[in-house]
Amino acid sequence: MSEFMQNSVFWGVAISFVSYGIGMMLQRKFRMAIFNPLLISVILIMLFLTISGTDYRVYQEGADVISYFLTPATVCLAIPLYEQIELLKKNFKAIMIGILSGVLTSLVSVLAMSVFFGLNHKEYTTLLPKSITTAIGMGVSEELGGYVTLTVAIIIITGILGSILAEAACKVFHITEPIAKGVAIGTASHAIGTSKAMEMGETEGAISGLSIAVAGLLTVAGASVFACFL
Amino acid sequence: MKYLRQFSIILLISLVGEALHSLIPLPVPASIYGLAILFIALASGVLSLDKVKETGYFLIEVMPLMFIPAAVGLLGAYHVLMPVLLPYAVITLVSTLLVMLVAGRVTQFMTGEEAKE
Repeated sequence: MSEFMQNSVFWGVAISFVSYGIGMMLQRKFRMAIFNPLLISVILIMLFLTISGTDYRVYQEGADVISYFLTPATVCLAIPLYEQIELLKKNFKAIMIGILSGVLTSLVSVLAMSVFFGLNHKEYTTLLPKSITTAIGMGVSEELGGYVTLTVAIIIITGILGSILAEAACKVFHITEPIAKGVAIGTASHAIGTSKAMEMGETEGAISGLSIAVAGLLTVAGASVFACFL
Repeated sequence: MKYLRQFSIILLISLVGEALHSLIPLPVPASIYGLAILFIALASGVLSLDKVKETGYFLIEVMPLMFIPAAVGLLGAYHVLMPVLLPYAVITLVSTLLVMLVAGRVTQFMTGEEAKE
């Protein structure tokens, strides 16, 4: 079976789509945030690989073609943003200050807790870009001397966590304004959180998409300063 | 044909983004250049919305799927993650929630202030 999978062109993509489909079905059925389609599909694939004794790299080789669409999809986040251009113009200052405060919170909280847990410089810089999109975060981690593979893992976990917690967090924290929800979700949990924001509403989604880009760029600058602190 | 044309436009913009990324020595990924280009093209009227809309929204809708291969790659980071699992789990959870709280509340406060002006 392993040999078949190594030679098969389609299985990696097929298993990804099917497992994501199962995730969506479960989410519709149970209507609970923890039934996140991305989380479920990743767990199902990991189980499948472990049980069948297949190396995850064999899977990645086949499935990587899906990742190639990440750049065009991110580019398309400009579309909902353009559709909300009036709202963006009107609240530009609030949105920018909101994102900046989120980025600073991320850097300060990671620094404080890294000191608390006694992490070393490499372990700390690995975590600094945790809230921004993988494409930027990988570069930041590499530049500052973190473990890039681990950074990617943490970024994805942060995204999944953000999309699972988004609705509950907005409720508990009394974040009721769609623009504020968008900034909160996009700044905390980049593109994966943004998919959740898109489900919550057009404004939430558009502003969350904008926050990915702005928070990403602010973090590049901020993280290089914060890297000197530990 | 419509979808093919829309997808071609999106891919071409991604390509330009990639070119800018390789030309400009800044840590800005191709996708962010592309996002800026598409936004400017739409806002300036160079490109009309119906030239990209349906395919664009389709790509956004299926975006979580595109993270599956990288997320499964977690299996490869397993041995590096295990020794720092507890601090990393706590830091990731707490800081993600804190960012949501601060970013959301500050924005909400600021939009309220702007509305008052």
